[in-house]
This record gives sequence, structure tokens and C-alpha cells, in this order.
Amino acid sequence: MAKLNAKNPADGLLPLTEGEMTLTEVEAREIWSIAPYPGVSAGIPSPNRSTGKEGARMIWAGRDQALWIGTNAPDAKLSETAALTDQSDAWTIVRLDGAGADDALARLTPLDLREGHFKRGHTARTLVGHMTAQITRTTKGFEIMVFRSMAGTLVHELQVAMQSVAARSKAQRSWE
Amino acid sequence: MRLPSGGLIDRGTNLRFQFDKQWYAGHDGDTLASALLANGVKLVGRSFKYHRPRGVLSAGSEEPNALVHIGKGAAQNPNVRATTQALYDGLYATSQNAWPSLKFDVMEANNLLAPFLGAGFYYKTFMWPRAFWEKLYEPFIRRAAGLGALAGMPDPAAYEKGFAHCDLLVIGTGPTGLMAALTAARAGVDVILADEGERFGGRLLSETGAIDGQSGAEWADSVIAELSGMDNVRLMTRTTVTGAYDGGTYGAVERVAHHLATVPTGLPLECFWRIVAKRTVLGAGALERPIAFANNDRPGVMLASAVRSYVNRYAVAPGKRVAVFGSNNDAHQTVRDLQTAGVEVVALIDPRAGAGKDIGVPVHQACVSDTKGRLGLTEITLSNGRTLKVDCLAVSGGWNPTVHMTCHMNGRPQWREDIASFVPRNGGIPGMIPAGACQGDFSTTACLEGGIAAATRALSELGKSAPDIEVPEAEDTAYALDPLWAVPGKGHAWLDFQNDVTTKDIKQAARENMVSVEHMKRYTTQGMATDQGKNSNVGALALLADATGRGIPETGTTTFRPPYVPVALSTLGAGARGKGFAPERKTTSHVATEQMGAPFIEAGLWYRPSYFPRDGETHWRQSCDREVGYVRNAVGVCDVSTLGKIDLKGPDAGKFLDFVYSNTLSTLKPGKTRYGLMLREDGFVMDDGTTACLGETHYLMTTTTAAAGQVMKHLDYVQQVHARDMAVRFTSVTEHWAQFAVAGPKSRELLSAVIDEPITDETFPFMANGPVSVDGIAGRLFRISFSGEHAYEIAIPARYGDALFRDLVARAEALGGGAYGMEALNVLRIEKGFITHSEIDGRVTADDIGFGRMVSAKKDCIGKLATTRPALTEPGRQQLVGLKPAGAVKMMSPGAHLFTDGDDAIRENDQGYITSEGYSPTLNSNLALGFLKDGRARHGEIVQVIDHLREVKTMVEVCDPVFFDPEGGRMRG
Amino acid sequence: MRITCPLNGERDLREFTIMGSVDYLDRPGQDGTIEALDDHLHLRDNPAGETRELWYHDPSGTWLVVTRNTVTHEILSTELAMEVGK
Repeated sequence: MAKLNAKNPADGLLPLTEGEMTLTEVEAREIWSIAPYPGVSAGIPSPNRSTGKEGARMIWAGRDQALWIGTNAPDAKLSETAALTDQSDAWTIVRLDGAGADDALARLTPLDLREGHFKRGHTARTLVGHMTAQITRTTKGFEIMVFRSMAGTLVHELQVAMQSVAARSKAQRSWE
Repeated sequence: MRLPSGGLIDRGTNLRFQFDKQWYAGHDGDTLASALLANGVKLVGRSFKYHRPRGVLSAGSEEPNALVHIGKGAAQNPNVRATTQALYDGLYATSQNAWPSLKFDVMEANNLLAPFLGAGFYYKTFMWPRAFWEKLYEPFIRRAAGLGALAGMPDPAAYEKGFAHCDLLVIGTGPTGLMAALTAARAGVDVILADEGERFGGRLLSETGAIDGQSGAEWADSVIAELSGMDNVRLMTRTTVTGAYDGGTYGAVERVAHHLATVPTGLPLECFWRIVAKRTVLGAGALERPIAFANNDRPGVMLASAVRSYVNRYAVAPGKRVAVFGSNNDAHQTVRDLQTAGVEVVALIDPRAGAGKDIGVPVHQACVSDTKGRLGLTEITLSNGRTLKVDCLAVSGGWNPTVHMTCHMNGRPQWREDIASFVPRNGGIPGMIPAGACQGDFSTTACLEGGIAAATRALSELGKSAPDIEVPEAEDTAYALDPLWAVPGKGHAWLDFQNDVTTKDIKQAARENMVSVEHMKRYTTQGMATDQGKNSNVGALALLADATGRGIPETGTTTFRPPYVPVALSTLGAGARGKGFAPERKTTSHVATEQMGAPFIEAGLWYRPSYFPRDGETHWRQSCDREVGYVRNAVGVCDVSTLGKIDLKGPDAGKFLDFVYSNTLSTLKPGKTRYGLMLREDGFVMDDGTTACLGETHYLMTTTTAAAGQVMKHLDYVQQVHARDMAVRFTSVTEHWAQFAVAGPKSRELLSAVIDEPITDETFPFMANGPVSVDGIAGRLFRISFSGEHAYEIAIPARYGDALFRDLVARAEALGGGAYGMEALNVLRIEKGFITHSEIDGRVTADDIGFGRMVSAKKDCIGKLATTRPALTEPGRQQLVGLKPAGAVKMMSPGAHLFTDGDDAIRENDQGYITSEGYSPTLNSNLALGFLKDGRARHGEIVQVIDHLREVKTMVEVCDPVFFDPEGGRMRG
Repeated sequence: MRITCPLNGERDLREFTIMGSVDYLDRPGQDGTIEALDDHLHLRDNPAGETRELWYHDPSGTWLVVTRNTVTHEILSTELAMEVGK
């Protein structure tokens, strides 16, 4: 009989600290795609928004589609009105927190991250470098998702950006 | 020479630096140019073509002459403008374009040849004989021309890129920019204020006029102090906005660390910003223009505004005996500032009658017509014949508004007669409001007012109201000039210093009918190179207008294009070196594969093992042959997770599949799997793969690795455009599942030991699929084969991929098999005639690959109508065939072409080409797949394979593409 | 260039790819003529001015119809391809 041990996508790569910023992996949990069939409403969040809270959240993930992220799988009854698809192992989720997180991420994504525009709970399907990504603003920073296979690239790119921001805040000889 | 007091420098600092290996000292706040002038160094470079001695002309980024190398070795940076390079301790600068030394330059001989090297010289001389170009002319031109040189080594510095967003971007921090930023910031909108200088304030830092009773610099500091305390304001110093693009997007280069003696780890040298702004106020100011007169290029001849900058901002006297020459009132301020600083002003030279009467220095109503001094100015000659001993001449031909950015989207500036210059036309860049001096409003008060007005307009367009703001008290002198472009006289009068273009060149261009400005520019090279004619454009136009008898407005300007200042390619390509070049996609078996010593090949963004070497193997073919043997004789394991997997659900999922695949999938029963062929709308094959029916309304489609993204986009397209009413939803699950091929006669034996419930041929026949569990983990099993053997693919949630792969490989090895890589996979599929994107390269139809019958007659599908196009059904199409060597030569390179035996190997006789090739240890022969004209009817024929690249000719026999086990008994059994 | 997707909001050009003319919306089915198909696949106007095109927002998988001016680069409107002609 085989013995299967689980490995996280960013196994061995995280956590990282640069300046006041930290980058941590969000532990693997249940991630499900919820895509309601035409003509039914399955209560998914409106575009670019997330609902719920830690342990049971839904984030908008494209046209009439959301990702369920929780400690448990979503209610199986939902499959009557929506295509429910297990994505639990498809994503790398990292959390970028701390002062400077906005600046670091702005080196990689063309998304307008200004607090007044991209508020807590807002989410976006966008790019991080060359990677398709999902970015959600949390209380302290951002949750960034890319496909599992790109965990190494995501960590590398974020680390370079974090190092640069950290080095700047240290070195900045201001105009005074 | 450093003045005893004044300036915005920190005299408490002592910064030592080298220029051409000589040590000098300067202060914090200096630029390299100001520090050199403070040390009495006037000769800083040689000109581009004639190698004329040149000195500092300006005090800004428009500098054409003072271009130097900064740094040494790999970190060396060429063409740095000494006028913008901040001084730091230990700075190492060298002059460029001079050999053996700046003071004695061999190429100065070109200067004597000047009569022959005029406009169009290159075009006329290096035309013929043609053969001379590569060997003689080009190397000569390359050595003689050009300015700085690259280090020729990889740049060790880091560069970065970033994005920034704001409501209002303010470009420039002179009086205009500062008032615009203040107005908008107080209204609460997000403001980015960018300035290319080391310090905010623009011209205010160089002028002596007071604002609200403070010096310009103090006032600027007070505004910046207020702005820096506001959360909605972002201040970007050392940042030049380089270009305006669609949708309010701007490019900007920030020189992050060029002013630092040592660059801390992680800090980039430069950052290229993409700034997105709802509105923009352009406060780019104006650039002073020189006047053309004979020998006006000697070190010591400077722009009057630059002389004021050096005196007022840097406390440097650029000469001991200075004369001022200009035909506008602004030049007169230079006399006053020099006097205040205690520098001797020999004369004011102004051709206008009665100008400068009470200024307190001798005034000559004349022009400067010639100069003397080999390596530096010693004497000037006036048009009235008088000569004056001077070592510095401040020149002002008036001001040109900096309209460049307003023209980046094809806007053309308009001529304003009263200031004899161009100003921006309205709406050149949507959302951009030019204001202040770049709009032709030159007094400080006009700029302050212009900034407020521009911001107020921007705010109102953003739906905000402007706060009440008082215009600070400042100078409001009217600007008055008589345009003076060139002083008549003998000798070369320079227009474009950097490119060595003289007034004669412009006249010659006109004579030779290069009367369009764009032709004149290319013929004379005026306005090219790093300064892009910032000093010379308007003057050259005026002379061209004069020479052609047209007015300046009719003559028009050349096109201003981004970038406004040169941007290093390393900055534009920031982040793309090494790992940043493209994302790396790694499978769950990557670490184990690496530990097994396998070299990787890239498949799109994925990294896949090429082969798994064993001790004693010296060539990849040995590994490959061994791995093929695993699959044919025992069992092999291969990671196939990279294939695209798309999960489709819904009542209409079958109907949707029927529409995107040429064959019918809707009849597939749960637990069964079928091969499908996907066409493009133009009838050519897009992709292929198996689709498994997992439940009544639930399917799993697989795509090739290469086309996974394209297929997903295609499915989105078909659904959203052509199948809107179908009740189907789909999503990629490629990354959720790790999937491994387990192939070979012992594959079932291996799997039975791994999965929790044993399988039999009855429960799992060929093309069956179903749920399985491994160690209690739910997975999926598919009895499909890409090797022609009894084979399976087992899928497990990716977090267990690493563990399952290691387990499968260990068990395979115990059974006499093991892991196999892409090389073996390729040989196995060629032996079976299975196609990949080497064959379905976008130019082949279903019929070409022998799958014509897979285009169902019973239903419509994407691409169906197109398959009936005459050119796709006529005889003579190239069809998939197998090829085996039939003579002594065995080599069959992919890409080699096929010719009928006896035909000449020329394009007219081309019969087809080879797509894939490999050595089959199973059949002990090289095998190839290819396309041959009417190939299916030519099995048994001997044809030639010609590899023109390697000059190899191979005779081959045409055969069926399935070389091995054509009945498929091994796969099904 | 900035494109305002009705779902995702205003985004940078690099999040999008273009497919081509909006003519692709009208697809001749299996019973169409070869001439109509040729027209559908290959024959396009190339206006200097207003044009309607299919664009794809890659990160969210959304197809759009974008009306824009090829001379000024102004984006005049964007619609979800799903909604066009409904």
C-alpha cells in the first residue's frame, strides 16, 4: 500500500521577511469553484468582491463564478444549481502583509491598488508579473493566488519586490 | 571657480571625485558639471563627428556636450549627462569620444575635413562599391562615430519596474507644478508630483526672484513640506516622465541610486514607472535656445540660464570675465546675478536698440560674430568689429516651451509669433493640461497662476471643486524679444552641438531639396542622438524656413517621440533577466525528478524531464533506449500533469462538446473515455485529446500541454459567443490533479499494489475511467495509452503528487521498470504513429492526419463547413506517413524535405517534410513521421529526404505511420 | 491603453488580447455557403476610425466587444460579448 504525505505548493520557500513585510503561505484548505448554471442565482459575490469571513469565504473569480475558500467543502446541495469543482490543490495562496506591501505588489501588478479604490474585501482577477493571479485585500495586506505550479516564480518575484521596497525605505535620502 | 558664499550646496561636505583620473573635490548639492566648473574644468568632451573640444552648455537634461562615463568595468554607465549627475564621494567619471586624451584627440583631424563631412556626406560617400560596406565603411563609421561605449559585460546593477495610479499627475516642480499640486492636493485628490531634478523647485532653484518674500528655493521647500505631510500626495524626485501613452498612461524613469556612493543590496539603480493618471498637469517649463554664430561651440560658451544656475544654485562662477549675449530681456538678469555674485561682467551684447541701458556694464548694440580659444574661450569678436577678452559667454536666444510630451500622440504644436516659439495645441494628449512656461507663460506670476488654473480645471473635470488659494507674490516681468537665430559671418556656426550640425548644413539640405523638416533632419542628423534636438530644433527650423522662403509655421516641426530623455534598455527590460524572464511552471514531481539527476526541457512554461540518466550511461540515447524498454517490456512511469484538464458540467455539457469537437462526445457513457479532435473555424486541427465521461452531465476534457491555454480561451469564446444558451459550465483543473502515466505490460500489476481496490480487465477495460483511492485519498484512474501499451493514467490531488510519484517509480523499479522522460515518450508515440503538435502545427486538416472520418456528418461543429473548402479536399494535399531509412544513411531530421526519387531537390519539386524522428530500440531502426503529397497512396515508395541545412540526403521508404503493433492488441489486451 | 471591462472595471491593456473583428459573432453554420464562410474568416474592412472588435480579458476569461477609434485610440464603449445582440 502506498503511503501519501501531503506537500504544500510553496513547500520550503516560505515564510519570508523583508523590512517590515512578511510573506507567508496560506495553508492548504478547501477551494472550490462555484459556477451557477444559466438562469439561476447561487448567491455568489458581485464582481470584484468577496463575502464571508476567514474559514468560509467566497471570492468573485470571473463571469458568474466564485471561489469558495474554507475549512470545509461548500454545501453539496449547491451542485443542483451550480457546477461545483474541487480546486483545493490547484492554487498557491500567499499572504503579503506589513508596511510596504502595497508598494511591493505595485511593482508586479498593473491593478490600481490605491486604498480608496481597492478596499478591504475587494478582489481582482489580474496579473502578477506574467502570471494570471487573483488578488484580494485583507485587513493587513493582500492574499495573492496563482496556479500551484508557479509557486516558485511567485515567491521569487515577490521577494525581489519586497527587497527593493525594504532597501528603499532604508536608503531614501529624501529631499529635505 | 567656487564663489565664496551662496548657493544650495552644503559647504560642510567634502566630496572627492575623479574626472579622467584627476582628483577633484566638490560639495553635496553639486552636479558633476557644477563641481567640474568649480574646479575650473571647462573641457569635458569631444563632439560626435568633428571631435571638436566641447564644454558644459546647459545645467539640465537637455545637455548635448557634457556626456561622460560614470563608473568602471561592468558597472560603467555611458552617456551620462554631467549636468544631471549628482556628485557623491568617490564618483569616477571619464570623458568619452576622445583618444588618446581629451586635450589631444587624434580624430580632431576630422575638424580639418569639415568642408567635406557636411550634410549628406555619409549618404553620398558610403554608397558604393557595395562590397566595401561590410568590410570597410561600417567598421570605420562605427569606430569614428558614436558617443559612449558599453562595458561589454553583464550589468551587475538591479533595475525594476512599477505601476502607480493617481487622479492627477503633475510633471515638473517649478512654480507651475508646485501650485498645481498644492491646489489639487488641498482638494483631496490623489496627486503624484514628479520632477527629474535632485531636488524639487525647477527653475526656482536657479533664479533669484522672491516669492512671497522668500527665495524661490525656500518657497518651494515650504510647499513641498506641506505636500509631504499629506497622505494623498506622492512625491517622486529624480523621476523624468518620458512619454505619454493612450488612456492617461505615462512612462517615467526614476534614477533611484545614481546619486549614491554605494548602492545598498536590493536597491535598484533605476525604476521604470507606468503611471496611470486621470488628469495630468504638464509643468515642464521651457528650454533656453542658443544663437548660432561662428565658433559658438567653444568650451566657455554657455546658455545664459545655465550661467545663472551655476552662479545662483551651485555658487560657481563659470568664468572670470563673462560677457552676456542675447536679444531678450531675460538675458539681462544674467548680468545682474553675475554682478551680485561679484563676477566681472565685461559686456552685455544685445542687438536691440536701447536695450539694457542702465544695467551698469558696457552695452554693445551688436551681435557676437566669432570666437577664439582652442580648448576654451579666450576672446569674442562682435559684429561691429570689436574684440573682447572673455573666458565665458552667456548666450540667450530666448525660450522654447517644452512641448515634447504634448506631441507624443501625434499632436502638433502651434507657432506663437510673440514669443517666436511653439506652444502646445489644445488636446494633444487627452487629459493633459499644459501650463506655465511650457504653454508660453514665462513670468513667475504667470506660472503660479497657470498652475492653479490648470489644477482647477483638472479638478472640475474630476467632479471636484478647487479650494480657495492665493497666488503668491512674485516677479511678473513681461517677456520681450527680437528673434535672433543666427549671426551672419564666416566659419562654422553650430546649431546642434551633439551631432555637429551647422547653419551651412541646413542651407545645404535646402539647396539639395531636402525641404521637408523630416528630410532635413535625416539628411543633416539635426535633432537626433541623446538630446533629440532640445537645444537646436527651433533654430534649425527657423533657418530652414529662411532658406526655403517659407514661414516657420508652414515649415512645421519634426515629430517628438518618447522617450523625452534616454532610457537604458536595462531599465525597460527590468525584471526580465534570469528567473524573471518567464514564469517557471513545475510539476509536483519536479523535486524528485531533480534528485534523480534528470535534465529538464521546457514545454511552454513547464519544465519536464528529458530522461533519467543512470550510472554508466554516457549519452542520452542510452537512457532513452532503456526507458523505452521499460514501457515495452515491464512498466514505466511518467508525469503527464502538464496536459490541460478542463472539467465540464451541466445538462448541455455533451452538446457543447459535440460543438467544439469534430466527432461526437455526447454519446459517451459514464466511465468511458474517448479521443476527440478539435478544429479551428477555418477547418484546420487545433488540438486533440481524450475526454472522459465522469457522470451523466460531467466530463473531463484533456488538452495537449502546448495548447492548454489556447483551448481554454477557445472554449470561453465558443460559449460566450456561439453557445450562450447552453447550460454548461467549465473550469480548468489542470493544477488540481497530479497525473502520472503508468505504462507497460506490468502496469496493472503495479497499480493493483497502489490503489486500495484491485482492478481487473473486466472492471477496467481499455478506455475505461473511474474513481479509485490511494491510501484513502480519492483519485481517478483512466485506462488510456499514449505508448501503445497496456497503460493507465492515475490522477491524485496535487498535494500528494510528490509522494505518489516517488511511490510509483520505486514500485516500477522493483518490477524491472522505472521513470521515463520526454525523449522516451516521444519514441514510444512515434512507434505508434500518435501525433503531437509537431504534426498538428496549425496547417493540417483532419483528413491530412487520416482522421477525415472523425468529422461527424450528423452534427455541426466549429470548423465543419471549412473542411469542405475545395483547397482542403482536393487531391495533392500532404498526408501523414511513416518513413523508414532504406539505404546506408539513416539520418532523418525534422524539417528536412521530401522529394520523389530522381527529382532535383528544388522547391518546385517539394513533396513534403519530416515532422518527428527518433530511434526505435523496439524495432531497431530510425523512424520518422512526416507529411507527403498524397502520401497514403504511396506506401512502399522510396523517396529522398533532403536536409539542405546539414547537406544530408537519405533514401527512405514510405509506410503507414503506425510502425508498431498496428492492430493495437498490446494496448487493448 | 486602458479598457473598461463591464465586469472587471478599468484595466491595463496588458490584461487583454485581441481576437479581431466583431464579424466573428455571425458564424455561418454547417449549412452556410463557402462564400459566406470565406467572408466570415478572411474579408475585413480596415477603417481609419470607429471599429468594433473582440477582446479577451485573460485573467477572468471574459470576451468583450470593444468599440474604439483606430485613429485616436479612444475606447468608445465595451460590452460583454455574451450580451451583444441579445
